[in-house]
Amino acid sequence: MSTDTLTERPARSTLFDGLSRYIPIGATVALLVVMYLVGTGNYRNFGEPQVVANLFVNNAALLIIAVGMTFVILSGGIDLSVGSVMAFSAMSCAWLTVEAGIPAETAVAMVLVLGTVSGAATGAVIHYFNVQPFIATLAGLFLYRGLTLQISDRDVAIRDNAFFDWGMERTEFGNVRDGGFSLPNIVFIAGAVVLIAFVVLHYTRFGRGVYAVGGSEQSALLMGLPVARTKVGVYAVSGFCAALGGVVAAFSTKSADPLGGLGLELDAIAAVVVGGALLTGGAGFVLGTVAGVMVMGMLSTIISFDGRFSSWWARIIVGILLLAFILLQRVLARSGEKRKT
Amino acid sequence: MSDEPIVQMTGITKDFTGVRALDGVDFTLRPGEIHAVMGENGAGKSTLIKVLTGVHTPDAGQIRLDGRPVRFNSPKAAQAGGISTVYQEVNLTENLSVAENLFAGREPRLGPFINFRAMRRRARALLEDIGIDLNVAAPLGSYSIAMQQLVAIARAVDIKAKVLILDEPTSSLDRDEVAVLLRVMRRLAENGTAMVFISHFLDQVYEISDRMTVLRNGTLVGEWESAALPESDLIGHMLGREAATLEQIERQAGEHKPDRGEPIVSAKGLGRKGSIAPYDLEVHAGEVVGLAGLLGSGRTETVRLIAGADRHDSGTLAFEGKSVGSHNPRTAALRGIAFCPENRKTEGLVGDLTVAENMILAMQASKGWARTVPPAQRSRLVAEFIEKLDIRPANPDLPVKNLSGGNQQKVLLARWMLIEPKLLILDEPTRGIDVGAKADIQRLVTELSGDGMAVLFVSAELDEVTRLSDRIAVLRDRELIATLETEADMTSEKIVDTIVAKGGDQ
Repeated sequence: MSTDTLTERPARSTLFDGLSRYIPIGATVALLVVMYLVGTGNYRNFGEPQVVANLFVNNAALLIIAVGMTFVILSGGIDLSVGSVMAFSAMSCAWLTVEAGIPAETAVAMVLVLGTVSGAATGAVIHYFNVQPFIATLAGLFLYRGLTLQISDRDVAIRDNAFFDWGMERTEFGNVRDGGFSLPNIVFIAGAVVLIAFVVLHYTRFGRGVYAVGGSEQSALLMGLPVARTKVGVYAVSGFCAALGGVVAAFSTKSADPLGGLGLELDAIAAVVVGGALLTGGAGFVLGTVAGVMVMGMLSTIISFDGRFSSWWARIIVGILLLAFILLQRVLARSGEKRKT
Repeated sequence: MSDEPIVQMTGITKDFTGVRALDGVDFTLRPGEIHAVMGENGAGKSTLIKVLTGVHTPDAGQIRLDGRPVRFNSPKAAQAGGISTVYQEVNLTENLSVAENLFAGREPRLGPFINFRAMRRRARALLEDIGIDLNVAAPLGSYSIAMQQLVAIARAVDIKAKVLILDEPTSSLDRDEVAVLLRVMRRLAENGTAMVFISHFLDQVYEISDRMTVLRNGTLVGEWESAALPESDLIGHMLGREAATLEQIERQAGEHKPDRGEPIVSAKGLGRKGSIAPYDLEVHAGEVVGLAGLLGSGRTETVRLIAGADRHDSGTLAFEGKSVGSHNPRTAALRGIAFCPENRKTEGLVGDLTVAENMILAMQASKGWARTVPPAQRSRLVAEFIEKLDIRPANPDLPVKNLSGGNQQKVLLARWMLIEPKLLILDEPTRGIDVGAKADIQRLVTELSGDGMAVLFVSAELDEVTRLSDRIAVLRDRELIATLETEADMTSEKIVDTIVAKGGDQ
């Protein structure tokens, strides 16, 4: 062959390569299917569509927050403040509506703007002052939890508010008594968030920039990509999602709990990792995160259907799953490295 | 070719925490010319380039682009001004596809969305243009480093750069790939792109460049037409001292005949599946054994087994006649095996620690954490080695990341010399470093073996292996195919013949 054209076929089996980058998400989906089959095989009524629909209903807030977390983790960062931000925004909504008498729509809009701006501020601190994301967002974790308890250290109930009632209004698909199911509006909100996140991550410059920064921040900078805007952006997205998660939580319980969302940041991180994203950034899918949230929800469902185990078993199994997925990623990454040397 | 200069840098000065990296340097680039910037490591080439590309802002001096004064404070700003750079290390992201890497930040769009089909089509056309054929939808990380480098160049080319800077683009490419690159450069020059070319390979520089600017110790030595500057003069300008060192080493190695006897290290049928076929190898005290072979032939894998960096799954390894049981880098170091890995940045040095701290690391580790090295002894040892190895700048308190590649390599060598190993393993110690540092390191290897140290020496440069080694192990396709005694008439051609002949056998 002449030297006029150099041809090279991509080598197989790197973590980033063709098929193998779908291995983690494939494993998650397979796990989901197995769990569903185990459930339907062992428990009566498990196979009803409403059971699956309830996975989304019960985990709508977590799903929204995990989507925001996906942006941050893809960029190579971490956001520990989301649980507190969620509680803060739920509490702010309730307080503004109930105590301050502000219209619920306005209160929700204010809370969402606040969440976005505070997320962007965190991102700016991380980028411009070169602070570890872990530390910067840990500060947020304490700050917003403290602020929440400052507003009220007791539950604030939201009664007889048309806007908040709207959140749990259900749309029926088929006859619920006969193989149909119904979904409240919060599930559609979560669905919209997932859809928008998917399009943004895969089809916009900002989204591809998130992957590039997560792959190598140094390279992204030298390629002339807007690294600062991207990093600030992912924390703004996460802040917005956390605030929206708080609103959704307020919708579903018609109240705000000052200790709500305690430890939720860790659930969100677990869902993202089980969904196949690399904690070091640059690899993963938002649909994987959806699968990750579903796995965690399905676990709790199976345990509650069974009734013999305490609900803490869900945590134990999530711990084991996390470990398994991290090991899987290492094995894949190592086989990729081996090929290269 | 000498119309209005496209880039004119005058009186550029840049300081880094007390080190003057550039001192009043002038540089002129004309349209359509390929201009080589030459100098030893630490001469200021990289800094000059980084000032031009907006990574660093100069402390003094002026840059004119197309006659207008400019000041770039980020690579993005320089790119917008028409200055693109291809760096020594591939600065693309492996997790994105080839096409995305080519167009990152300037993707073709439909409304707010990226038009992937158009992007892939343009990527294919672009790569075809410069003569490479890849699956543009595959992740960049699935291709070899060489191919990634060419993709980086394609990207820079497509940014419609008026000025293209190539900083050591050929250091990880093989001959065919270099040919493609040089062809692409010529084509670009014909189209009027001005290029700055930095390379340690003098033959490539002479083949491609129209003009040369030589720097030394952060100052300008001068600018010459390449055709009018003989190679010996160029080396003289770069080193600023008589460059006869290399020839001296050759004679020393020839005269020096070690007495064999008990081997320091002896490998029998040592191998690791998928990495290197079982091999036999002995190294005696005072002997330099070179490992020669093409890139990917298993040179590094061979020494990694002996160094304990990888675990062997067949054969035995004996050290000073005693069979070795558990073998890892720590037990190896305790036995007196020192290993300088190929990738000094990620596997050897701790960038944020100072020169002195990096040097003392292995010695401290071998003594245990409880017995510290007294400060006085420490500074005496460090000063001694800085002088002995001619490490520049001679400041033990400077973070090692601020040193040039050649000097970093010397720090790494000093670290292992401090523990006075019985076997020193050097994996590509002279790769990517300048002629002067190369000569220093080669001289050092000869001296150490003269003092009775056994040395295992890996190098891609056959001339270097031939010059330094008492015996040469030749590798091909992850197999040790021959061990040659170095006689007076040993030449690199003989090694090549051995590699080619064994290839023909199969």
